[in-house]
Amino acid sequence: MSQPNRIQGNNASAQSRVDVSKPITFSFNNKPYTGYAGDTIASALLANDVDVVGRSFKYGRPRGIVAAGAEEPNAILQLGKTEATQVPNIRATQQLIYEGLECHSTNGWPSTERDVMGVVGKLFGRFMPPGFYYKTFMAPSKLWMTYEKMIRKGAGLGRSPKAVDPDTYETINQHADVLVVGGGPAGITAALNAARTGARVILADEQNEFGGNLLSQTDLLDGAPAQDWIDNSIDELATADNVTLLINATVNGYHDHNFLTIHERCTDQSFDLAPEGEIRQRMHRVRAKQVILATGAHERPLVFGNNDIPGCMLASAVSTYINRYNVVPGKKLLLMTSNDNAYNTAFDWHNSGRLVRAIIDTRPAAGKTVVKKATDAGIEIIYSSAIVQAQGNTCISNAMVAPLDETGEKLSGSVKQYDCDTIATSSGWNPAVHLSCHTGGRPTWREDIQGFVPDNFNKNMIATGAGNGLYPLTEILQDAASAGAFAANACGFNATKTSYAKAAVEDVAPSMPIFHIPHFKPTSRAPKQFVDFQLDVTAAGIELAVQEGFESIEHVKRYTALGFGTDQGKLSNINGMAIAAKKLGKTIPETGTTVFRPNYTPVTFGAISGRNVNEFFDIERYSALHTWHVENGAEFEDVGQWKRPWYFPKGEESMHEAVNRECLATRNGVGIIDASTLGKIDIQGPDAREFLNRVYTNAWSKLPVGRCRYGLMCGEDGMVFDDGVTSCISDNHFIMTTTSGGAAHVFNWLEIWHQTEWPELEVYFNSVTDQWATLSISGPKARLLLGELTDIDLNPDTFKFMDLREGVVAGVPARVFRISFTGEQSYEINVQANYALAVWEKLFEHGAKYDITPYGTETMHVLRAEKGFIIVGQDTDGSMTPYDLDMGWAVSPAKEFSFLGKRSLAREDTVKENRKQLVGLKTTDAKTVAPEGSQIVLDPNQKIPMTMVGHVTSSYYSAVLERSIAMAVIKGGLDKMGDKVYMPQADGTTIEAEICSPVFYDPKGERQNVK
Amino acid sequence: MFLIYCPYCEEERAEEEFHASGEAHIVRPTDPESLSDEAWGDYVFFRKNPRGNHHELWQHTTGCRKFFYMTRDTATYEIKEIYKVGEQPKVATAPAVPNKYDQFSSEQAVKK
Repeated sequence: MSQPNRIQGNNASAQSRVDVSKPITFSFNNKPYTGYAGDTIASALLANDVDVVGRSFKYGRPRGIVAAGAEEPNAILQLGKTEATQVPNIRATQQLIYEGLECHSTNGWPSTERDVMGVVGKLFGRFMPPGFYYKTFMAPSKLWMTYEKMIRKGAGLGRSPKAVDPDTYETINQHADVLVVGGGPAGITAALNAARTGARVILADEQNEFGGNLLSQTDLLDGAPAQDWIDNSIDELATADNVTLLINATVNGYHDHNFLTIHERCTDQSFDLAPEGEIRQRMHRVRAKQVILATGAHERPLVFGNNDIPGCMLASAVSTYINRYNVVPGKKLLLMTSNDNAYNTAFDWHNSGRLVRAIIDTRPAAGKTVVKKATDAGIEIIYSSAIVQAQGNTCISNAMVAPLDETGEKLSGSVKQYDCDTIATSSGWNPAVHLSCHTGGRPTWREDIQGFVPDNFNKNMIATGAGNGLYPLTEILQDAASAGAFAANACGFNATKTSYAKAAVEDVAPSMPIFHIPHFKPTSRAPKQFVDFQLDVTAAGIELAVQEGFESIEHVKRYTALGFGTDQGKLSNINGMAIAAKKLGKTIPETGTTVFRPNYTPVTFGAISGRNVNEFFDIERYSALHTWHVENGAEFEDVGQWKRPWYFPKGEESMHEAVNRECLATRNGVGIIDASTLGKIDIQGPDAREFLNRVYTNAWSKLPVGRCRYGLMCGEDGMVFDDGVTSCISDNHFIMTTTSGGAAHVFNWLEIWHQTEWPELEVYFNSVTDQWATLSISGPKARLLLGELTDIDLNPDTFKFMDLREGVVAGVPARVFRISFTGEQSYEINVQANYALAVWEKLFEHGAKYDITPYGTETMHVLRAEKGFIIVGQDTDGSMTPYDLDMGWAVSPAKEFSFLGKRSLAREDTVKENRKQLVGLKTTDAKTVAPEGSQIVLDPNQKIPMTMVGHVTSSYYSAVLERSIAMAVIKGGLDKMGDKVYMPQADGTTIEAEICSPVFYDPKGERQNVK
Repeated sequence: MFLIYCPYCEEERAEEEFHASGEAHIVRPTDPESLSDEAWGDYVFFRKNPRGNHHELWQHTTGCRKFFYMTRDTATYEIKEIYKVGEQPKVATAPAVPNKYDQFSSEQAVKK
């Protein structure tokens, strides 16, 4: 297949990095193309004379490739051969082609050639000013979702894969003395000078090979092609064992304390799917003592009419395609520049054997070196002029050129047409300051180079090269060498001299500060002059935003969407600010910059999550009995990080049927639950009792050895945040239990008070949640069952409710607590976790004759609700005091020490009338279970908005009571016993209920205290 | 991500190992019952939020679990000093920044 724009024969560039002996076939928008090994998608498409790569976001205008690197705004592609390997927002300029690569335009539904948005953009374009979406679509707001769907589909922002990603990603922690960001002339020189001191150096570059801008230019270093110097330098670095070289690795985020993330694309440049056993992408998490930013600069395009017609490109990008890829993107070039540097593009084009129509220089004169070269090549230079407008449809047919006055703000003569198919422009360079801003730095404007450079915010960061506003190659190399040596010395190494390659010194004329080319019509009437290609922001749009009163650049940005795209305004920001500044009558530094944030270029979720996917995404905790639960068909529920059995369905049972069966079995025979997830904290020391007195609301001074007590914990605000039973094992030894979800917080709570307030108390804490398994048997047959397996005397006269005994159960040492969360006679058997399964199975073996029934959290919830026992976090919400819960019995105000939260229980707000209080609810219709969260009103006929007095916190069907039961918090509820309340539902019905005590079953507690 | 020196482990470790526990040196009143609601409320609810140096309480959560203090610049995130519980800071906190809305609210009060 022919590649009409591939330079061949004598005109081919000797420094080209593509290998013409290795043709590669790939497809773009379902059409096959051929390129060569080393081509990016962009260079291969240009070689094949593909002009249109997408449609613009708002107006649907055809768009072509503008740049050759990370700053590309238009050629944003969807990549991937299969559903599972789809990757959105790939810049065609940064992705190498490989055999069989498939990619598509993202903005161009249904086709890039002719599409709906194209028509919409043409017809309505002039009616879509900035703020258009806000102004038009936000009202009526209901329709926004519909509009958004349509617009997004039309505009296209890429899509995420719908199938599971089969590739493997990983993260790696790295430590370095010096991290050098960017492997161009500056980065390589800095790395060499740092590495030669023995410092640990990481050199990372986002491209597929080192060399940076040297790959795009024809400079000689030390009198030889620059590639020789690159090869020698990289060889030296690669063989040094204190150096790590990373290519295809973008330093994307600069975080606090010199922590940087590098996104390395390991197999993306060669494969759709990583080969077996290989990692697709790797995230390096680097902690560097010193960071050298050698990030280079992005060229700025000039803003003029119709500057988005495919064929309008950055001058430096044109040079890159010619020199690096042997691709010349057109036949006739018209170059517009405000500086000497861009002249090289005309020379490169000329040397490729194609026609340079003219160089349009906005200045009245240029530097001697470039003028001589142009004259020698026979290229016409037109001074003090500018391209005011490009013409053409899907490609450029000609351009209108007019003379400029010396300010560059007005045209000073008549328009002349030049035929051309490519327009390259340059208004100078923007140092890539992005990383220097990530932790809070604000770039400084330098008038002499018309650009922002990094400030000194980061003390352990040095910017060098074009990234710091240095452009002549000789200066870049010299400065970078010093930066490398300086950074190494700052890490304690001893560099005494620097070394760097020599480049030619050229006579350079100053560039002209010009961003926006005037048109013979006012900006608002002129053809669109694009500033941000990706989001269709025009010069007229920015001027209108200022006119409408937006003065801060951050507001202008948000109103116009300038710099909002996936390119984050790499091309557009400075031009946009310059246009806004001019309209505001301010200077660029007065107008200021917007803030750059991580990441520099988009990062895949795969690289962020690394190996933390599927079962490793979030920690899952299993009790020692987990396999038994799985084997016995448990349905699981997440409780914090724990996987707890929810219920154990038998056969075709529904959850409701299973729970009813489990509840009745426990009430009538014996049920068993794995309560191992309860938080358990071992507390020891002579001051343990005093400590408990301070953190619990009730008193612990007189709790005898072998007894257990229920306690409430409050924050200093007086609100209940955890509860549990704490037992006295010996005078200096207690075991505290907490809620399953609150264990870590409670442990922390104890530590902070002990370490920061009461270090004089001799007390020690240890989390023993995982060490002890808790097997809880409940029901009238529980004692019979346990009696068959233990040497502990279960005589109810001596082993009473709330007693603790130690002994042997099923042959292993155990602590048995006679405590109950079901209201039944209940024993919590604690054994070492690795014995748990054996004990559990013994209990089933002996319990079979009592029809022992395993139950899960749902049955536990019903059983405890029948008894009115609260679950902290379900029946409380951080605004409930013990008194609100009607649990004043668990508060001992008489304790000597003012326990945590005590003072708050007497605050004006906590003692006021009409606080929400916990009560029970019985629905009038016993079969109706009110949904949890139902809002409660006193007058069902009140007009909306109704006065809500509380809500339902827990609601279940109780099998043993054969009716629905609920707990609720209601304003002044404790004084409203017997009152009717109402719960209006979303479907228009209203549930009626009566306020009652939350203790629905066995109010006297005869069952749990049974003898 | 911060790099934090644990004064007990005597090592610099990544922030992931630590947990920030808010403002440091909040001393619990010895006799809470003698305080007015307002004074007690100040202790329980009100915290400084300076721009600049701030004394903070941190815990080496996945390490030694010890609490320690840090003076940190809330604007630059620079850690100025680390010291143990029981010790006093050498670096003073930033002066309180007057809340620009204070003035506004008093103006409103006058209007009423």
